[in-house]
Amino acid sequence: MNDMRFMERAVDTDEIKFSARGVQVYYGDTHAIKDVDVDIQSKTVTAFIGPSGCGKSTFLRCLNRMNDTIDICRVEGDIRLDGEDIYNQKVDPVQLRAKVGMVFQKPNPFPKSIFDNIAYGPRIHGLAASKAELDDIVEKSLRRGAIWDEVKDRLQAPGTGLSGGQQQRLCIARAIATEPEVLLMDEPCSALDPIATAQVEELIDELRTQYSVVIVTHSMQQAARVSQKTAFFHLGNLVEFGETGHIFTNPVDHRTESYITGRIG
Amino acid sequence: MSDATRHSAPRTSLYTLSPLTKRRNATEKRFKVYGLIAISIGILALLVLLTSIFSNGRSAFMQTYVTLDVLLPAEKLDKNGNRDIEEMKAVSTFGYAPLITNALISRLDEIGFATDLKKKEIGAIVSKEAAAQLRNFVLANPDSLDTTVTFEFLAGGRIDGYMKGRVDHESAALDNKVSPEQLDIVDALIETGSLEKRFNWAFLTAPDASGQRPEAAGLGVAFLGSLYMMVVVLFLALPVGVAASIYLEEFSKQSRLTDIIEVNISNLAAVPSIVYGILGLAIFINFAGLPQSAPIVGGLVLTLMTLPTIIISTRASLKSVPPSIRDAALGVGASKMQTVFHHVLPLAAPGILTGTIIGLAQALGETAPLLLIGMVAFVREYPAGPPEGFFDPASALPVQVYNWTQRADPAFVERASGAIIVLLIFLILMNAVAVLLRRRFERRW
Ligand SMILES: Nc1ncnc2c1ncn2[C@@H]1O[C@H](COP(=O)(O)OP(=O)(O)OP(=O)(O)O)[C@@H](O)[C@H]1O
Ligand SMILES: [Mg+2]
Repeated sequence: MNDMRFMERAVDTDEIKFSARGVQVYYGDTHAIKDVDVDIQSKTVTAFIGPSGCGKSTFLRCLNRMNDTIDICRVEGDIRLDGEDIYNQKVDPVQLRAKVGMVFQKPNPFPKSIFDNIAYGPRIHGLAASKAELDDIVEKSLRRGAIWDEVKDRLQAPGTGLSGGQQQRLCIARAIATEPEVLLMDEPCSALDPIATAQVEELIDELRTQYSVVIVTHSMQQAARVSQKTAFFHLGNLVEFGETGHIFTNPVDHRTESYITGRIG
Repeated sequence: MSDATRHSAPRTSLYTLSPLTKRRNATEKRFKVYGLIAISIGILALLVLLTSIFSNGRSAFMQTYVTLDVLLPAEKLDKNGNRDIEEMKAVSTFGYAPLITNALISRLDEIGFATDLKKKEIGAIVSKEAAAQLRNFVLANPDSLDTTVTFEFLAGGRIDGYMKGRVDHESAALDNKVSPEQLDIVDALIETGSLEKRFNWAFLTAPDASGQRPEAAGLGVAFLGSLYMMVVVLFLALPVGVAASIYLEEFSKQSRLTDIIEVNISNLAAVPSIVYGILGLAIFINFAGLPQSAPIVGGLVLTLMTLPTIIISTRASLKSVPPSIRDAALGVGASKMQTVFHHVLPLAAPGILTGTIIGLAQALGETAPLLLIGMVAFVREYPAGPPEGFFDPASALPVQVYNWTQRADPAFVERASGAIIVLLIFLILMNAVAVLLRRRFERRW
């Protein structure tokens, strides 16, 4: 892994955005997440890595309560955002999701125009007072999603008519258009070419100055490039969590070491 | 080892078909032929059906009319001479019939046609409906008394049959309702242009008529009744059905109760329609006290019948919307309601529409439950305009067809077929609207 260039490690703050304690997730009888404790700092990129099926997506979906939509899914334990229990009775998951945006593993643009895809979130949250302001938000979001140049001439064309990689960048732009405080990204670059990947990584790095970003990735290089913290999941357990540089150069657990050197996965 | 055996197999050319491929192609070809045969049988059956209906029913849209100049003598129709409508009503249609007969006789004199038929037999050439038409005219225009007015009267049912080839001189000789001599008069009238066949708007607009005067029977009341019922069904079944489906599909948690509801909705879809008629009779008429034969009751019964169809098709189309769309909407912070109404429903709309139209089409053609709630009654009064009209007695197109096929006079056969044509056109129009709306929705990809 000599092409790894570790990011500037300086974590700007120690402020904790998400803190999870003793999280258990069950799908019916399947125990998908086993007793996970993790702290996610603000203005930090946290990477979740681990072999397929180990529960990265599941844990990510706990953070904005997307698991509520799965009837058989049960979440136990304590997850706090800025010190507030997000599974508290008083919390409206819709309000939570406006704060915690998400990019899904499979690109899922709305079957509407490219413009409407981006404008939908700002519209329902009342972020734009006028059409001009909305146009502005759309353009800014598409630029940050590294897709503006490709779609600026066909904003009224259907979002579903884009290529897979373009769709994924559209979904990223859609997620940041609502100005979330935390952005959860489930393998955002799995369908992207190296150029678009680099652009998205640049975006993530830029987002870090204001938000907290959690990214699931199968690429060690990517985790090493963009993240400051890394969590390694294995069979539903959080095996190791710490500074990215530390995890990649000096893993404590032998399972982490085997995974990053390519022996399990 | 296995490698070795594979390599030793003889090399085959791509240009020669292997026996397996040949067999597979033959099966495929046979399957295509089966499919073609099935489609041909279907089309053939449809063609036979349509030709028989159209050849029988086409003539219902034409009707024979006699044009006559009628003198309206005041001393007979307004005996007191004061043009008081209430007093003029004392003269019944029997007072008017001789005027028409006289007009016909003087017309025959004019063209120099001599006949030794009795007055009554000559008068029978014109429909019994004519006297009522004349009386209505005089009561509406009392000033026309003592003048001569030109009228177009319906010809009698047998005369109309003669014009349409259903009756001829031979059959007339055996028929006690028409005689060959009358037909001779008709021939003379045709020659002078007093009697002709033309398009019959009255078939679409006039109310039903008694069994003795098929020439006057029309679909107007039945058409209005069916239209009113469809309005009731559309405005009740569509919102209720769609709301129920959305709740069941998107909001309710999967539980024992929803399972039971689901099974029962499927069962309801399979309940014979006559059962809904009994239910409607018991609940809407006997219990709720709604009037008999009213489109509102028919509409309610048909709504109950259509709901399961709409719910099942709506749920199926909601289910077919990919869950990733819901995730996407929820992910940007849309509420459940916004997700459903902004994203899921538009995608499901074409399917919902199709289900609704199929349900409506079923309801439009349904006869059995309507018989039970009294829509089979003989109704000559048009129902009033929309809000009150829903409570007035009316008939329905399929019931009218059933009714006419029960009547003795053969002239009703063509009218029943004609009514079927109208029903089919109604259906085709509804389907066309559905297709157009679907296009509308689907154009938004
Ligand atoms: N909707 C579901 N119903 C039942 N089981 C599920 C569901 N979603 C995930 N699981 C199970 O939970 C476990 C964790 O799944 P998850 O999707 O979180 O894995 P992952 O780490 O994201 O894998 P990948 O890298 O392949 O995306 C798996 O064993 C999976 O079978
Ligand atoms: Mg995953």
